[in-house]
Parts: sequence; C-alpha cells; structure tokens
Amino acid sequence: MPTVSFTRALERFLTAPTATVEGDTVGAALAAVFASRPALRGYVLDDQGTLRRHVAVYVNDRLVGDRVGLTDPVGPRDEIYVLQALSGG
Amino acid sequence: MADRFHVATRKGLFELVREHGTWQVADVQFLGDPVSAVLADADGTVYAALDLGHFGAKLWRRDPAGMWHELAAPVFPPKPADATDDPHPWSLGKIWVLEPGGVAERLWAGTMPGGLFRSDDGGQSWALVEALWRMPERRQWSGVAGGEQPGIDTVLIDPRNPGDIRIGVSTGGVWASADTGASWRNINRGMYAEYMPPERREEPIAQDVHRLARCGAYPEIVWCQHHNGVFRSEDAGATWHELMAIRPSKFGFAVAAHPRDPNTAWFVPAVKDERRIPVDGKVVVARTRDGGRSFEVLRKGLPQHHAYDLVWRHALAVDASGERLAFGSTSGGLWLSEDGGDSWTMPEARLPPIAAVRFAAT
Repeated sequence: MPTVSFTRALERFLTAPTATVEGDTVGAALAAVFASRPALRGYVLDDQGTLRRHVAVYVNDRLVGDRVGLTDPVGPRDEIYVLQALSGG
Repeated sequence: MADRFHVATRKGLFELVREHGTWQVADVQFLGDPVSAVLADADGTVYAALDLGHFGAKLWRRDPAGMWHELAAPVFPPKPADATDDPHPWSLGKIWVLEPGGVAERLWAGTMPGGLFRSDDGGQSWALVEALWRMPERRQWSGVAGGEQPGIDTVLIDPRNPGDIRIGVSTGGVWASADTGASWRNINRGMYAEYMPPERREEPIAQDVHRLARCGAYPEIVWCQHHNGVFRSEDAGATWHELMAIRPSKFGFAVAAHPRDPNTAWFVPAVKDERRIPVDGKVVVARTRDGGRSFEVLRKGLPQHHAYDLVWRHALAVDASGERLAFGSTSGGLWLSEDGGDSWTMPEARLPPIAAVRFAAT
C-alpha cells in the first residue's frame, strides 16, 4: 500500500502523520487519508476537490501531472509527498 | 467603552487591552500567519479568519474560557456543469468580513470571490447563500485591486430586524435582502464610477463600494467610502448623495459611523487611486459631525512627516460609545483615540501590515 506523508508546515494547524493507505491513484490515496482525518482535506484540496494552487504533490520524485482529477497512478510501494509549493505564503 | 480590541495583521492576531490608562498587547495568536478578519463577542468569544498562503482560508474560534479551536471554513458547493463560463471560482478565496447575525448563534461571512455565507450554530457549519450567488448579475461583479476576485466587504444587519440585510460589494454595488437572504436586489442609486465608460458610470452594479458603515441608532443612515468619493444614504443604502466637502481627498477605503449620532462619521482619506498614499505624506482622519456638509481634518498625534500609511477598509473602528476609535495601516501603524478622534496615541508596538481593527462588543 502506498504511504502518504505531509509537510511539517501543517503541524502548526493540525495533526498530519504519515499514513499507509489503500489506493491506486493519488486521489484515491488522499481520499483514504481524509476519510480518517477530514479536517486535513481543506488544507490540501480546494472547494472543488482540486489541489490547492500552492500545494505540491509528488509521487516518489515525480511531481503529479493531474492536479484537477488526481488520476496519477500509484503503486503499492510508492510514496506520496504533500508539500508546500515554492510560491504563495 | 470597550477596553479591548483586536488587530488582524499579515503576521498574526493581536489583542490590545486597556489597563491603568494605557493600551498594551495582551495576547498574540497565529503569529506568522495572515489574519483576514476578526470578530469578538461580548462574552469573550473571538472568531479569526486566516488566509494561509498555501493551505487556504481557515476559521478559528476562541471560546470564552480562552481556548482556540478550528471551525469548518465556508465551502462552496460543487460547481455545476452549466457554470463553466462563470468568471469567478467556486472556491473560497478568503473570508473578508465576519458579522454577528442579530440572533443567537447566527453569523454572516462575506468572502472573496463574492460568496455570502451564513452560520446558525456559532460558526460550526456554514451554508452559501445560494440565492445571491446564483443570480446572473453576480457574474458581472468584478475584481478589486486590478482584476482579482470580487469580494463582499460589508454585511449590515438591521438592528431592528435581523432578516433585513445590506451587503457592499467591491466591485458590485449595494445589495439588499428583506428575507434573511432568500432574495436579493441591487439597490444603490446615485453613485458614479469614473473608471467606467461614460454611458455606464452610473450603473448600480458598476459601483466599487469600498466599505459601508451604518449608524446603529438610526439604521437608515449609511455611509460609504466608494472608489470615487464618499457618499451618505438616508434610506438604508437605496439612494446616495455625494459628500463633496470631504478633505483632504475623496479617495480611501475605510469609514466608521457613530453608533448613536446619525450626523457623525470618520474617514481616512488617501491620494487616489494609482498611488494610494496619504496626501502630502501626512496621516489624517476626516470627521464630519453635520451629516457630511463639512469635515474636520484631525491630525493631533498622527504622523505628519513622510508617512505613507494606507488604511484598508476594515482597519478603522469605533466602539459602542462613539468616543474610542482605532485604526491601523499597511505599514503596521496603529493609533487610538479616546476623544472621538480629536487626538491620537500609538500603543507601544510596531505591528505587521494591518488588515482589520475591531473593538470587542460590550
């Protein structure tokens, strides 16, 4: 199962520990995390469920391509990183 | 008089308290984070809206015991397929203003990109006022500050009837609802927009209402700092007349209305429009006490040499007594008056850029 880890910048606002979850796309893996931590969703996704403009998501060393549908595939040994983009803030 | 007020800044929320005749910073929260709006109830409850650069708009509440908790922020509903040509995003940009609704537990939130939200449970949950958002005219609202999103900068609740609402939109005019938000009308007449083509300059929806302020004791009296001047209405925002006597300039963002005297209001004029700095580098407050026929320029205690402080639309406040005022600037300047604006003092603090100043309800 893929793991999802979050920027430590979130720690000031809420708890966001690394999680190992079911899911074969970025969207499915994130949804699995948000199912147990619903408050986290609004920090990562906007109201329409797309990645926030200044949030970057990597699968291993690769920036995700689909920021709207979150359809980038992930495998069972992949690591998903949710980070601050170097913009905004 | 209110002995407590909050300052929402680019880098945190500051609470100032009056003790032994002087104002001190008594508490700092969210240090380092942009705070876009604040509201403090008489019972000690405080609401603070954050505008996080990476993680979006958030809402927090301090309970009367002093503990802060995050609340659910307002969320726009899923964007329907027939709204693909909507020029504005269906996603919360930031909470620009928070207002009590006049009944227990009710709050209103005015936001960018122009959504009005209502809570009936003290901010725990929010619903978009869809009747306003889905009006076709809403798509004609336009962005402030050079093409960004439109915003609802003011929510006025009639103290005699909590279902009677006015909102100010920058840019989009003054809108009214008599049924707690179920239906809306664009009501303003008498304003003009120099930034529009001549044939459209008097269109109600084209008016850039920087901020509205209402006299609590005489709710029909509403003042407006507009992009092109200052205006006053004697019929709760329907018809407006320009106050030509304003000085030293007619541009500005903020206005405060005296809570009991319908003829007294304060403005903080600036050089319009492309420059947005105080006239001649002097920070002043303009006060009228005769319904806008004349204005005094108040400057005692305010910087008069090379001061380039701009005061945003939510950064001038008056308390329930009408005697205490406070305002804050883009340069972090913060000034207080205890005599209706005749003289001003600066608390011992150099703050980050200030978005909003607000006295606690008493």
